[in-house]
Parts: sequence; C-alpha cells; structure tokens
Amino acid sequence: MKYMMLVCTDPEPDPEPSNHPDVEVWVAENDAAGRRLQGAQLAPASAATTVRVRNGQLLVSDGPFAEVKEMIVGFDLLECTDLDEAIEVARAHPMAWAGRIELRPFADFEQ
Amino acid sequence: MTDPAAEIALPRMTTDADGATAKRRADNGGTAAGRAAAAQAVAATAVEAYPRIVAALIRITGDWTLAEDCTQEALARALDRWPVDGVPTNPAGWLMAVARNRLLDVLRRASVERRKLRDVAVLALTAATAEPVPDEEVVDDRLRLIFTCCHPALAPQARIALTLRTICAVPTADIARAFLVSESTMTRRLTRAKAKIADAGIPYRVPRGRALTERLPGVLGVLYLLFTQGYDADGEPAFAEEAIRLARLLVRLMPEQQEARALLALCLLQHSRRAARRDLDGNLIPLDRQDRTRWDHAAIVEADRLLAGLTQPGPYAWQARIAACHATASSAEVTDWRRIVDCYDHLAQVQPTPVVALNRAVAYGYAYGPAAGLALLAEARAGGGLDGYPLTLAVEADLVARQGDRERAAALFRAAADRVHGAAERRALLERARRG
Repeated sequence: MKYMMLVCTDPEPDPEPSNHPDVEVWVAENDAAGRRLQGAQLAPASAATTVRVRNGQLLVSDGPFAEVKEMIVGFDLLECTDLDEAIEVARAHPMAWAGRIELRPFADFEQ
Repeated sequence: MTDPAAEIALPRMTTDADGATAKRRADNGGTAAGRAAAAQAVAATAVEAYPRIVAALIRITGDWTLAEDCTQEALARALDRWPVDGVPTNPAGWLMAVARNRLLDVLRRASVERRKLRDVAVLALTAATAEPVPDEEVVDDRLRLIFTCCHPALAPQARIALTLRTICAVPTADIARAFLVSESTMTRRLTRAKAKIADAGIPYRVPRGRALTERLPGVLGVLYLLFTQGYDADGEPAFAEEAIRLARLLVRLMPEQQEARALLALCLLQHSRRAARRDLDGNLIPLDRQDRTRWDHAAIVEADRLLAGLTQPGPYAWQARIAACHATASSAEVTDWRRIVDCYDHLAQVQPTPVVALNRAVAYGYAYGPAAGLALLAEARAGGGLDGYPLTLAVEADLVARQGDRERAAALFRAAADRVHGAAERRALLERARRG
C-alpha cells in the first residue's frame, strides 16, 4: 500500500532532542529497503501561495490555506505492506519526535 | 447485504427480545419444547463458535460486514433447521459449513478473483472433515480479531463498539443504547470503523515482539472499559459478562501475559459483588454494608489463584490485589488497610493518575486515620487533575465525617450528589448526607 507521510511541526515536541533519531540514517535505511519512494523538505509556509478559481475567476493569495500550529514541512511517499509497517517507519523519523507525522493512505478505487 | 432485521440476538444477550427470531421460530414445525431446546443449543454453540467463524471468514475475505452477515445467517438457519432436523452431532462444524457455503454463494455471484475462492474452498475442505480445524490456527484467528478491533488507529469508542459487535455478536441496537446514541448513528460508526480498517491498511495480525508489548495494554484497556461499561450502576450488565469472557479467552490464548491474567482477576473480583451491591429498590449499597455471604466466592477463589502466580505485577495486578484484600476480608472491620495502602503505593508508581492518588488518600484514611487521608487528599488535588471529579467531594466528606464534623460532611455529600451523573450514585450520596 502507498502512504503519503506528511511531516508536520508540533507545538509540544519530545523534550529530549539528544534522543531523536538521525534523518540521514532514516532516509538511507528506507530507501535501501524500498519503503521510501520519494520525499522532500518544503520551504517555509511564508513561501506558500494559495490558488482558487471561483465563478471562473482566478484568485491567487499569499500564504497557506489555513493558519494552523501543525504546519506541513515535508513529505515522504512510502510503500508498505500495511499500516503497522508504516507506523514503524514513521516512528523512526526524527520529526515523529520533534513534530508529528500524519499517515494518509492513497485512495484505492479498485475496492 | 446488511439487513438489521436479520441480525440475530444471541439468546444469552437478550432472551427472545428479537421479534424476527421469535416469529421465525413460531412459524416452524417441531414442538415448543423442541424449539426451546434447539434455541438453547444454538446459543450454547454460538458463544464459542461465533467469533471463530467470523474471524476465519474475515481472514479469508478481508470483508468484515460480509463475514458477520454470513455468520448471522448461519445462526438464523440453525434456529430454523435444528428444531426440525435435530441438533447436528458437530454443531460448530455445521455452523461453519453453512456460513462458508453462504460466503461461497456471495463470492461466486460477485465474481471476485479466483484466489479468494480457492482459499474459501480450502476452508470448505477443512470443515467437511467434521473435525474442528487444528486449534492453533483458529485460536490465532480470534486473537487477530481482538487485536484488530482494538487497534490504536481506530477511535477509542469505535474499538469497544467493534469488539462488542464483531466478537461478542451484541446487536447494534444494544450497543447504541449503552453509548446513548441512536441505532443508525451506531451503525454509521461501525461502518466507518470497518472502512478505516480497509482504507488505512490496518493489518489482521497479532503484533510480535516490541509491538506486542506496546499494543497489549490498549487491548486490555478496551476490555476493562467494556467491563466498567457493564458494571457501572446505570450500565449494561451483559457487557461485564462479555468482558470477562473475552479476558478469559485472552488468558487462554496468551498465558504468558501476566497483565491479561491480572485484568481477568480484577474483573472477577469486582463482579463477585454484583448480587450484593444493590438493595431491593435498586439503591447502591456501600462496600462496608454489603452482605458478604452474597458475594460470589467461587469467583473470588479463582481470582486469588490467578493472582498467586504473578511475578511481575503491573497496574492491573496492583488494582486486583487491592480488590482481593476487600474480597477476602470476612467483614469491613477486619479489612487489611495497611496491605491496601502498600498496594496503592506501588500502583501510584506504575500508574500515577489523579484517580489513583484519590483512592490512595482513602486507603491512608482507613489505615492511619482521617487526618492522614486528608493530607494525601490535599496532595492529590494540588495538580488540578481532580477538579470537577465529583467523587473527590465524597471522599473529603467521608474523611471529614470521621473527624466528627457531621454538618460539613453532609454539605459536602450533597455537593457531590449534585455533580454525579448516575441516578443510583446520586441517591447513595444523598443517603450518606442524611445519615451524617
């Protein structure tokens, strides 16, 4: 199954940064195992642009579409057998400690 | 596929409450006594067989609703056929065969891929031998079902509802009533939970190693919530029995898990008081005034035996040991409060919650006098975690009463009564306020 792993900030991170895992190790391990198909860090929300079309009119505005404390700062696309494996991958990412991670399965239209 | 009217209430849960079932039986041949005997045989078989069949069909198809529907239909068929044909020699095998045939019918019509059909055929062959499937494999299926129903990626209430519906075959209407929602709301919740299992890829598997250690407390938590949902004064009593049955199953399937054994002991000990804790008007009777001869002493002995073997006590073990101190005291006066205090000291370390701190204050109050209790109560309140918890006032009231200030105690009992939700609890507190 494919999971979009949304990497987010969190106002209440784990208090002991020295325990947090290393992101390079995480990427290397999951790339080698074929569990990480791709991923990237995103520029800060201040660089975001929102695009809408209403009544045929283009509306472009500055900033992210919603002001939230948990901002998406990156993503990784995972290929895992099931949710438990995806959870194991996510827990080993440093941002599970310093922020939070949301796992979103790809919609399956063949069901 | 899901027809609520076709949902069979196991007679153990709601005796003859299902109108459809009763009608179907009345239309049938056979004597009334024969029908009653057959219905009893169906119920007795279903207790063990239902979760086994549902669990096996889910493993094969991955379709929860289909698995439940086919199993329910097998039970309905049994209620129809057994009064006429007699109870088969292998009732569980009969139910499995009928459920599997029904599943094959549906799958053939839906023309699903051959692989699934082949798997079902394998199951069919196994069932046709009329021997129960090798125990290990089936046991694993039920355990899989429990762990999937209690997966942390499901909403907490959905875990309890799904466990009740899928493993215990409790009718959706009964679950809805216990959660104070309409049947259609509960149906939607169950549907959403099953959809999440499929969409999010929640596995149908018992976790191993570290994952098992991490997940087991969640499973035990669901079972204990289920128990308290049944044991609460205004709760659904049958849920407590279901929780005990599931805890027994877990102990049998995972004998090496000490906290599972401790949870079973804790439920048995609390449940042992069920016949003694209400008066004829349904009012709650406090522990110290209950008729202890009416406690279920066989359950207490069983719990004691479970606790005797524990070498690594966790939160449930300490709670159960505390409950055992009460259960084995021949009267309230001879209760070993110092031993209870010792257990609470341990419990407060492994489970430092505000409610544990509150109960610890009560224990100290009985072991070392009301002043000691009030001192610990002040400590427990300091964090603010007990703000708005009505029993805090009741505890303070009791300690103040034993210090001799009856007027203040009565006022505190009345204040506590204003804040509790259950009618039976409110009456009990107002009664205390009157007695002083």
